[in-house]
Amino acid sequence: MVGYLAKRLSQSLIAVLGITLIVFLVLNLAGDPVQLMLPPSATKADMEEMREKMGFNDPILVQYGRFLKGAVAGDFGRSYNYSEPALDVVLERLPATLKLTAAAMAFALVIGIPAGVISAVRRGSKSDAAIRVLALLGQCMPGFWLGIMLILLFSVRLHWLPTSGSEGWKSILMPAFTLGVFTAATITRLLRSNMLDVMNKEYIDVAKSKGLRAWSVVMKHAFKNAMSSVITVLGMQIATMLGGAVIIETVFGWPGVGRLAVLSITNSDFMVVEAIVFILAVALVLINLIVDILYCVINPRVQLQ
Amino acid sequence: MLGLIIILAVLLSALAAPLLSPRKPDEQDIMNKFSPPAWSAGGDMVHPLGTDQLGRDALSRLLYGSRITLVISFGGTLFGVAAGVLLGAVSGYYGKWVDALIMRIVDIQLSFPFTLLALFIAAVLGPGIRNIILIAGISSWVRYARVVRGEILSIKEMEYIEAVRALGGDDLRIILRHIIPNVVSPVIVLATLELAKIVLMEASLSYLGMGVPIDIPTWGRMLADGRQYMVSAPWMAILPGLCITITVLGVNLLGDWLRDYLDPKLDI
Repeated sequence: MVGYLAKRLSQSLIAVLGITLIVFLVLNLAGDPVQLMLPPSATKADMEEMREKMGFNDPILVQYGRFLKGAVAGDFGRSYNYSEPALDVVLERLPATLKLTAAAMAFALVIGIPAGVISAVRRGSKSDAAIRVLALLGQCMPGFWLGIMLILLFSVRLHWLPTSGSEGWKSILMPAFTLGVFTAATITRLLRSNMLDVMNKEYIDVAKSKGLRAWSVVMKHAFKNAMSSVITVLGMQIATMLGGAVIIETVFGWPGVGRLAVLSITNSDFMVVEAIVFILAVALVLINLIVDILYCVINPRVQLQ
Repeated sequence: MLGLIIILAVLLSALAAPLLSPRKPDEQDIMNKFSPPAWSAGGDMVHPLGTDQLGRDALSRLLYGSRITLVISFGGTLFGVAAGVLLGAVSGYYGKWVDALIMRIVDIQLSFPFTLLALFIAAVLGPGIRNIILIAGISSWVRYARVVRGEILSIKEMEYIEAVRALGGDDLRIILRHIIPNVVSPVIVLATLELAKIVLMEASLSYLGMGVPIDIPTWGRMLADGRQYMVSAPWMAILPGLCITITVLGVNLLGDWLRDYLDPKLDI
């Protein structure tokens, strides 16, 4: 298991380097950062002096190396919009995004797992059909539209929940539900499919013929085996959720990293953008490693391999 | 079948947009701004689905918006298929460092939320249908590359490929004439499913103001406007989202049907 995880860690480090390099190159193509840093009245000589001072005339890979060195030390430069270190701007908002993502994943698991199990166990029934239709709709609806519809219903019409912001427990319900719906639908469909496969296996027949109760057969044998491949998908779903958080935070005015990313991109605050990418890439690496460890624990055959 | 019906309906409405639209999509009628749909109190058949904050007809904008959606989703899918199949084929056929390099790029792209990358690229390239098609293609090529590579790894050692080599067939001939035709089924299924994702991606970028130029009506932009006025004009938010949902539903149903029809064992 240690060897497997070491291999995954090295692959993940390459992924972090690759992502940050791509974003660094793309951002450098976006335009001249010196024009953003200096006032409009700055002369060409001033711009050239700033370029030389900030190292923007150096080869791109040298600049990237400098960026990486700074990143490891936590120095991503200063934000143009907030006049603070870029890392501080991101770290201030990171807990809000992690809180939202964790709540969304909790929603997804609480809704998706029972739905998938019920749908598989009651295959062909009305409840199975209803769950499958809802799961399909959950994957087809744009998240930001669902968010807007929820605001319309629960905030504008019923006045039960706030339209935006992050004050109090009520404010997280709609954004977390909206963000979690796609993953819940994915878990439902995948778990249903896996459980139907597993429930056709011979060992399930053996368990039933031994006289085990139906619930015990389903949960102790079928569910555990079906869930192992769902866990591998969860890692990818977290990446999808973080991408979705960009839009959901904008819809609900949630003060997280996603909303900061949109604002920073539109305002060309590239130091913050680079810091966000680096932090998110590292966070995803860690989360995926945790998921891999969980998978090794649940499926001992991976350890043997 | 439902999926096919939905797709055909969207295609027909996009093609017939100039005939079906009561107005031009950018024609303003300030006197009738925020006019509700015909079935609501205060609505009428002059603007059957209501109007927006500038009095622009919602039905016309939805019909013309479907054109943009289809152009971008089909264009992006074609681009993704072309790039993904080619790179996947090269990766699977040649192996070694070529395979390692291409698959590392695939892994890197798949390990990060593409929405953020798409936003960066959109901000860099600027608004434009061509740029969004490019982004859509970049977002999807990795999945085709992986699937095609996997198929080719199993095909390339088969005896008939060896026979073609023995008869003097070069690599290009083998890849184009003998290998790629075998990956058509999984690619078609994947393309249908990716098309749905591109529809959502384009809508998301338009919603965030990073999509096509502001003067071109898109469902995503209509939703963005709808968010601002949803208290006074909720139809502005409801209708474009319904259109996106129904289109994506149709494409997903079609993709599921194609997968079951072409090869139920496909793991896509």
